Amino acid sequence: MTRFIMTADLRRCIGCQTCTAACRQANATPVGVQWRQVLDIESGEFPDVRRSFVPVGCQHCGEPPCMHVCPTTATYQRDDGLVEVDYEKCIGCGYCAVACPYQARHITHRALFAYGTPMASESARFDARRLSVATKCTFCMDRVDAAKENGMTPGVDPEVTPACVNSCIAGVLSFGDKEDPQSNVSKLLDETQHFRMHEELGTDPGFYYIWDKK
Amino acid sequence: MRITPWHQTNWDARAACNFIGGGGGCGLLIFAALATTSSAEYRMAASIALVLIAAGLCCVLAEIGRPLRALNVFLHPQTSWMTREAMVAPFLFTAGAIATWAGGGLFANVAAMLALIYLYCQARMLAAAKGIPAWREPAVIPLMIITGLTEGAGLTALLATLSGTASQWLTGVLLATLILRRIAWKMYSEALNKKGAPKKSLAVLERFSGPYSNYGQSLPEMLIVAALFFPAEYVWLIPLAGAAAAFSGWALKFTIVARAAYNQGFALPVLPVRGQGQPMPGVKPGWTK
Repeated sequence: MTRFIMTADLRRCIGCQTCTAACRQANATPVGVQWRQVLDIESGEFPDVRRSFVPVGCQHCGEPPCMHVCPTTATYQRDDGLVEVDYEKCIGCGYCAVACPYQARHITHRALFAYGTPMASESARFDARRLSVATKCTFCMDRVDAAKENGMTPGVDPEVTPACVNSCIAGVLSFGDKEDPQSNVSKLLDETQHFRMHEELGTDPGFYYIWDKK
Repeated sequence: MRITPWHQTNWDARAACNFIGGGGGCGLLIFAALATTSSAEYRMAASIALVLIAAGLCCVLAEIGRPLRALNVFLHPQTSWMTREAMVAPFLFTAGAIATWAGGGLFANVAAMLALIYLYCQARMLAAAKGIPAWREPAVIPLMIITGLTEGAGLTALLATLSGTASQWLTGVLLATLILRRIAWKMYSEALNKKGAPKKSLAVLERFSGPYSNYGQSLPEMLIVAALFFPAEYVWLIPLAGAAAAFSGWALKFTIVARAAYNQGFALPVLPVRGQGQPMPGVKPGWTK
């Protein structure tokens, strides 16, 4: 079995938002919709204060609450662990959005463009199927699927690796198969201490946050 | 990017109206089968009940992004309580319509059973929304069910008294459901406070709690007790108690669904080591614990 996951080394993230921009460029998400976001968390009290940058988005959960509640089966889980949305089936009821504890789902009911009227690039990439349905990070599913056709490895070969991972300037994000003990992510997780967000909710998230060496 | 829980924007007042109409309608359909004494009385109560449930479903239809695909809602009975609710609805309306036409009888009991199932589906639907702490609390299930039943008992008592057929039994049931709802609300509030919840959610519920306890619980309870001591005033005390029980139930559901629906927000169980620093305890901004 394959379980594609993403890891984020929080020791490295500088909050530059390049992953956010790369995701928007790669997936042509509308204004205000960011499938990959980076939180800027300030904590502690002066003088002992911290600033943490935390990439978030769909966690491609092993037990996705969004999928369980979806009344249409539009949200489904693939054999490789990716949780995806069939835009043709979705009725835009928003149940998945309120079931997701990661605030990863977005529903936009009208076409939004950066400057009101669409630029040529926005017109070319506009997808009416995404209006009034749930959308979210796909882990760049089209790239992952391309790996099967051309014998490449997601997480290793940039052509078949999610855009956010490719773009990260600090090597924060990694992508790969957790079930493969030789994969980059398996080795990273073996070497480090990590957690998953809201794990106590039983969602089995596929996004690991590294916070220290072992 | 927000970090502390913020109010979800996907389910608004229209979703709340589905729970209001569905709960009140189902409760009324159940008590119409149990407490009405004539065909005409049943017909009136069941008609109102079906209209309430239908109005709730129309509100949902008005909320979904792709209403022309609404029939897709039937595709996932394996795990989705929304599908299950939708699957019960046609049977409920068919049985309810036949019972209304017949003025009661066997189909009234079938419709009441289906109404109870529908009510249960709605309660489970809310509890399955893991992203909203105020909804996913398991104590919301008995609260939603007993609230629907209380609304039904209140509306039935209101209609029965206005048509001059109210019974001591129905008044006793209304008082019992009110007491059970008081207990269910207490259990729900205590569970949220004990387990922790978004501060803003708790603030909304806290603000609601006072007026609700006074005018939604104590007032109808006192009106019913007063009716026992002043039977001559029964004709206005019981309808008032019934109306207060129903309206306060609707207010309660509106508050939970449309106003206290703050999402999970983000949290870190531990802060990362950066540079030569040490890890620090985690943060859960905007939560009580």
